[in-house]
Amino acid sequence: MINPINQAESSFGKVLYERLFKNKEGLIAFAILAFVILIIFPTVLSPFRLNLTGKYLCYAFAAVGLVMCWGNAGILCLGQGLFFGAGGYCMAMFLKLEASDPESTAIQSTPGIPDFMDWNQVTELPWFWNPFKSLPLTIALIITLPALLAYILSVFYFKGRVSGVVFAILTQSMVACLWYFIVGNQGYFGGINGITDLKTLKGWDIRTEDAHYLLYYLCCFLLLFCILLSRYILSTRLGRVLIAQRDKEMRVRFSGYNITSFRIFIFCFAAVVSSIGGAMFTLQVGFMSPNLIGIVPSIDMVIFTAVGGRESLLGAVYGALAVNAAKTAFSEAYAAQWLFFYGATFIVIVLYLPKGLAGIYHDHIKKWIGKSMSSSKNNDGETPALVTEEKNAE
Amino acid sequence: MMHKTNQLKRKLKTLFSVFFLLSSSSFVMGNEEFPTAEVCKTGLAVTDDTVTVGQLHSITGTMAISETGSVEAERLAIKQINDMGGVLGRKIEIIQEDGASDWPTFAEKSKKLIIQDKVACVFGCWTSASRKAVLPIFEKENNMLYYPTFYEGLEASKNVVYTGQEAVQQILWGLDWAYENLGARTFYLIGSDYIWPRTSNKIARNHIERFLKKKDSKCKVVGEEYYPLGHTNFRSLINKVKLKKPDLIYSIVVGGSNVAWYKQLKAAGITSNKYNLLTISTTEDELLGIGGENAEGFYACMKYFQSQKNPNNQAFVKAFKEMWGEDSVIGDVTQAAYLGPWIWKAAVEKAGSFDIDNVHAAHPNIELPDAPEGYVRVHETNQHLYSRAKIGKITKDGQFEVMAISDDLIEPDPFPKGYQ
Amino acid sequence: MGDYTFDEIYAIVVMQSFSGVSLMCIYILMGLGLYIIFGQMGVINMAHAEFLVLGSYTMCLFSKFVTENMPAFENYYVIFAIPLSFGVAFGVGYLVEWFLISRLYHRPLDTLLATWGLSLIMQQCFRSFIGAREMSADLPEWLLGSWAASDIIDIPISGLVLLLLTVFLIVGLALFKTKTRMGLRMQATTQNREMTGALGINTKMTDRITFGIACGISGIAGAFFTTMASTSPSAGTNYIVDSFLVLVVGGLGSLVGLFVSGGFLALLSSILEFFMTGSIAKVWLYLVIFVVLMKFTRGLFSDKVRS
Repeated sequence: MINPINQAESSFGKVLYERLFKNKEGLIAFAILAFVILIIFPTVLSPFRLNLTGKYLCYAFAAVGLVMCWGNAGILCLGQGLFFGAGGYCMAMFLKLEASDPESTAIQSTPGIPDFMDWNQVTELPWFWNPFKSLPLTIALIITLPALLAYILSVFYFKGRVSGVVFAILTQSMVACLWYFIVGNQGYFGGINGITDLKTLKGWDIRTEDAHYLLYYLCCFLLLFCILLSRYILSTRLGRVLIAQRDKEMRVRFSGYNITSFRIFIFCFAAVVSSIGGAMFTLQVGFMSPNLIGIVPSIDMVIFTAVGGRESLLGAVYGALAVNAAKTAFSEAYAAQWLFFYGATFIVIVLYLPKGLAGIYHDHIKKWIGKSMSSSKNNDGETPALVTEEKNAE
Repeated sequence: MMHKTNQLKRKLKTLFSVFFLLSSSSFVMGNEEFPTAEVCKTGLAVTDDTVTVGQLHSITGTMAISETGSVEAERLAIKQINDMGGVLGRKIEIIQEDGASDWPTFAEKSKKLIIQDKVACVFGCWTSASRKAVLPIFEKENNMLYYPTFYEGLEASKNVVYTGQEAVQQILWGLDWAYENLGARTFYLIGSDYIWPRTSNKIARNHIERFLKKKDSKCKVVGEEYYPLGHTNFRSLINKVKLKKPDLIYSIVVGGSNVAWYKQLKAAGITSNKYNLLTISTTEDELLGIGGENAEGFYACMKYFQSQKNPNNQAFVKAFKEMWGEDSVIGDVTQAAYLGPWIWKAAVEKAGSFDIDNVHAAHPNIELPDAPEGYVRVHETNQHLYSRAKIGKITKDGQFEVMAISDDLIEPDPFPKGYQ
Repeated sequence: MGDYTFDEIYAIVVMQSFSGVSLMCIYILMGLGLYIIFGQMGVINMAHAEFLVLGSYTMCLFSKFVTENMPAFENYYVIFAIPLSFGVAFGVGYLVEWFLISRLYHRPLDTLLATWGLSLIMQQCFRSFIGAREMSADLPEWLLGSWAASDIIDIPISGLVLLLLTVFLIVGLALFKTKTRMGLRMQATTQNREMTGALGINTKMTDRITFGIACGISGIAGAFFTTMASTSPSAGTNYIVDSFLVLVVGGLGSLVGLFVSGGFLALLSSILEFFMTGSIAKVWLYLVIFVVLMKFTRGLFSDKVRS
């Protein structure tokens, strides 16, 4: 399986290449995605549509996280919105503090604090808002806070060998819990309205068209980076153990692996990836609201993953893009029929296409490509039809 | 890139229409009086015989229940305006978008309406949260939102016309009325957990503790509670109310929770025989779900009731039922939504222009003498409406019997002094 | 609470206990349908809440039909509405099992997702065919009021009926499972599907009927919920988390567990809601459940090892 391009490179580069892309097909698939989101979308779409696409890509972070913990490790999380929201709120709190400088809030009875605090008779900034005065601390929190939450959420349960349906429902109840927490603490977190009217990041206006372009690219690069990182993890021993325990938990346990810590790790990893998506969401959309962390959006994230194919990292991105684009298109034209279509799609996918878009690719398109390629030119010493895995190895 | 092409196209279009008008103005039938190039200089979706407006409400999701009435009222108003010949000789066309009870979707759709469709104004939003989500977009892109719901105040954007009451208009007079006529001295404040009920109760508490207390030192608030939207179990709360025995239960429970709240009150023996309840959130719309018999005899303070006897209102109710069915009911917000298109029409005609800045400048002191609720007038500075508050008593068939109407037009004051 | 007399405190304790009992009944009714489906078939039904709402709508529409066409029956129609709700929900459940669930028994997590799709479709059906607005059943006078046991104590009649209904359903279910032929078949299928099939029992039909009965019971629960809460297309979202939690805390698949967890949750939320405001009480409720489940990872009662 040695690729000619790589033979010239150092052995480190080769190992890295194999870990990240597995083979040429993996590289091509990745390159196509990068090409589509980095080049095609910005040239074809109007700024308004591009901003929307950027928003969908934020959901793709959550979907990538779910591919890792659900598709590859078998841990279904119905509360991914918890982590998406954690990242989003961290970013929103930072931006809100910047937007509420004493001059622009002079009309308030206590200038210098966010407007919703003033409406709720909070007269000074609560202590837990202090870290959000600094951007590096905020970024650190975007990464550590969801990891910490995920750790607390999972450690006792995974140790107690709770998994499957029960864990899914627990994560769902925790997302509801966070929702109530934010709604109940209107003075500290903005309640149902969320944190709105965000303007600048370190003095840089995030609402302009140029800013939207820049943020879109930032979002794309982060997403591609997260995908590569996920691939790397899956290619290590850790990744293989995770996949093994998903399929045959007892056998892996009896082989002497401590599954619990593997599972906790991957759950935390998925949380961090989702959280980055949440932070990018806040930056691109300009506000954060508890509606994004409720039960329904969390299940929606699972839907994106299922549509894309729960084991495919690239599929997750396509899934998030396809479902959201369909949602927008449908709700512009046939708002009432949308839910019928959405629900039916989901049932059909679960019943007939459990591997989602990636499954269609594997079972049909790839064979077709394989045939046409092998008939035209049979080079590289490996025919695509013989390649048993791509995207992420199983 | 597309954007630039669009801009170019728009410029060409404007140039073309100017040229067209100059060269052949004698052939233009509809708009000799108001040529497009003059009434619309900012590239809004205005043609020689149409003007496009946006409508942005939730048609799906939990808020669809409440927002349906507003959608229907706005459509009725626009149809009536079109039947009268439209605005500046142009028929109004509507692009409707669904906010799906989801605030980011509201933001997304408002961007679409403003940037892509270039609507002349938007009628829409219902909850405070959806308004807060779209507000930065309206301000940045400079467009006009006509917002129908009674809300918490603390806001006076130049890009929003608030056709419902802000909190002060709805609360103070109602509390004074309860103090005089129901002998209310102790108050229990209850609300759904979001900004409107919380702010309203803050104003109510201030009024009770500062102003009513001066009249009678016994006046006090004996409890204040908030429950999440959609909450359906009020039994513990009801027991707490019974323990405190307030003279007046002041209720701002919103949406689906309303039904559970009144049904459980009745089941626990809290009826109008023994307790007084004054609400500022229950309209005819909600009573449809609650059932009049479950809330009979309780009071509401609104600016409009369907049962108001004036001829304008009777004509409005008749037209509404003809268009949307005999079973439909009209609540306070529905009527406020109906005012939106009329105020916009008046402002556009006064300004002689669809451009947002001109419409904004035309808003102060616009009067609607024939509104169903009675005479209203836009405030000099803050784009809220002067209106009269009214007290209604809930009847068994889910309507209100009007008990009292405030003598004066109450001034909207979104940033009340002394209530912060 | 120094300002209150002994009588008042006594009265509040009585009323609060009674509302706790009512809440326990609600939790049990919410969980009952889920419990049957999970206990018998190992499947979680995310569309469960929509079956509750289906029952509510049946009740509302039937009430509307009766008040318009047969005003003489207005006082008694509730008695007929309950079997009717059972029938409607049973029918829909039967079909759903046939066309959807039966294909997914070996993939429990996928069932979760497929039934979520189903719940979206059902919600939109309610909205498109019945209307987005809230509905209410015209309840007969006798069901609405309260029984004033003393000056302060009022016991809601609907609460008493709720208690009766819950007891009736639980006893009925227990009897059905142990005394009837169908019930025994259901138990046999749970314990050993292959062997039961080999003995000539149609296990597929048994599954279908079990699922139908579970949905039917949810329908009854939903019909009764119209007496105290709202009926709207999306009303189901209010039930979803709570009904799952009752099941999980009870330990999935044990009737005693369901009973105990219903009681536990009701006690907890009654106490929390009495001493703090609603939203924060909810937060604490979920956190306490979270901590309790850390200790009892298999629920309070469980007679099954989870996979």
